[in-house]
Amino acid sequence: MARGTRDWRRSPVGEPALARGVLIGVVLLFLALFLLLPLVAVFAEAFRLGPAAWIAAVTEPDALAALRLTLLVAVIAVPLNLVFGVAAAWAIAKFEFRGKAVLITLIDLPFSVSPVISGLVYVLLFGGGGLLGPWLKGHGIEILFAVPGIVLATLFVTLPFVARELIPLMQDQGTADEEAALSLGASGWHTFRTVTLPNIRWGLLYGVLLCNARAMGEFGAVSVVSGHIRGLTNTVPLHVEILYNEYNFPAAFAVASLLAVLALVTLVLKTALEARLGHGTPSRAGP
Amino acid sequence: MRAGVVKPRWRIRKPSVLPGFGLTLGFTLTYLTLIVFIPLSGLAWHSADLGWDAFWSLALAPRTVQALRISFGAALVAAVVNAVFGAAVAWVLVRYRFPGRRLLDAAVDLPFALPTAVAGISLAALYAPNGWIGQPLADLGVRIAYTPAGIIVALVFVGLPFVVRTVQPVLQDLDREVEEAAATLGAGRARTVRSVILPALAPALLTGFTLAFARGVGEYGSVIFIAGNIPFVSEIAPLLIVIRLEEFNTAAATAIGAVMLMLSFALLLVINMIQGWNRARFGHG
Repeated sequence: MARGTRDWRRSPVGEPALARGVLIGVVLLFLALFLLLPLVAVFAEAFRLGPAAWIAAVTEPDALAALRLTLLVAVIAVPLNLVFGVAAAWAIAKFEFRGKAVLITLIDLPFSVSPVISGLVYVLLFGGGGLLGPWLKGHGIEILFAVPGIVLATLFVTLPFVARELIPLMQDQGTADEEAALSLGASGWHTFRTVTLPNIRWGLLYGVLLCNARAMGEFGAVSVVSGHIRGLTNTVPLHVEILYNEYNFPAAFAVASLLAVLALVTLVLKTALEARLGHGTPSRAGP
Repeated sequence: MRAGVVKPRWRIRKPSVLPGFGLTLGFTLTYLTLIVFIPLSGLAWHSADLGWDAFWSLALAPRTVQALRISFGAALVAAVVNAVFGAAVAWVLVRYRFPGRRLLDAAVDLPFALPTAVAGISLAALYAPNGWIGQPLADLGVRIAYTPAGIIVALVFVGLPFVVRTVQPVLQDLDREVEEAAATLGAGRARTVRSVILPALAPALLTGFTLAFARGVGEYGSVIFIAGNIPFVSEIAPLLIVIRLEEFNTAAATAIGAVMLMLSFALLLVINMIQGWNRARFGHG
């Protein structure tokens, strides 16, 4: 990813100052309207009734239960998709085999499926009329409208994040470092841990960061499989929806502001990691 | 691989000294199968189970067709808006230097990072008749929230980074000598942009447009709060799936899901074809 380092300001080939000013103005207005204003509105609405009301809304028992569930789901889903991403990237980037392009496309598949459909497929699999539903019911195992279903739906929608970040990175790095370590007598695992892992650590962190943001913020897929049982199967985004639908707007925005902070922290860390990674551009077209 | 050497055999992979191929590929395939393929094939299985006639009578029910039309129509309009403004944003970020540019650059990814439900309630509050934007518009007699226009607003928010992030790298790598050559040959700036820069950006623009469109078609969280969800007017297809599931009408939900999925895969195919064509023509994806 070569980066154009030339200074465009001194270009004799440029737009007239007026056109340039108008274009910058239009873009700033557009971004202010579509990006800045929604973000500001979240915090403005969240603190409309003052800090005390905000604290009451986010420390209310159902809100705390939702926070706990969201953290639990992320703690399970992110490491699993991390291991998957590393394994998939190792196989795809370090070896040449047939069907590789197809495999990469399949890993990206969850991004092109509507979140609602991601939830629907699990309803079809585990629901009463589903393939496994009756068997599970007979054995007293609850997946749908319970935590396992939420975890599975989250795994589905966040599956590509780590893998799609690591595959191009590891492909660029090639296999020479690993071959050198192996020829010096290091074991496979030792090579991975001391040679590969340090090489990919920033990319890995980048993938984990995006994976985590989506896992904590996922709404559509989780909404379909959760059953919306307050205090039990409500994640933070679902809790926001319930409060909003009850016309409890200040509380809805107070809880939503927690997710907005998560988004801001994610953006800051992401920008910092991009500097480390030397990305030509902040991100490839993402999820 | 000349005669005398071992005859080239068909093999799954080229030999390598690195270990762990079987383990990692095996794990990858198993995991993908469990999390993605089995659930997705369940959708296909349930669709087939409905039978041809029942499937299409559900998929072509008037409310379903209208919901699909709204989802695809709104996504198309939003993707066009994003193609225009996304290209402008990318242009300004790459070509101009001004205070706050880096901050703006980072902010473009906000729709990726902000959970869709948060974006949804925020946009609904902004564009509601008593909201910051909705109020002045209401005075002018324009309504955005609880109309199809609200859906488009939400999808513009969600889709913007796709266009910016696909166009930006191409714009960065664009060779400036070509523009200089055009200027030397007497082309005005507008002419250079139109016949030199735009054609070079077109494939990336098309990819970004398709990505934004595909995302918009399936989008749920950011839309349902602002759309008003009036059947036949502002009810999107993913919401209709949720409604059918809540009615325990799994068959109808399955049919809508399958049709959406088929259309999405067709889109994915188009993206890949564009990218293949792009690589063949320009040597980059």
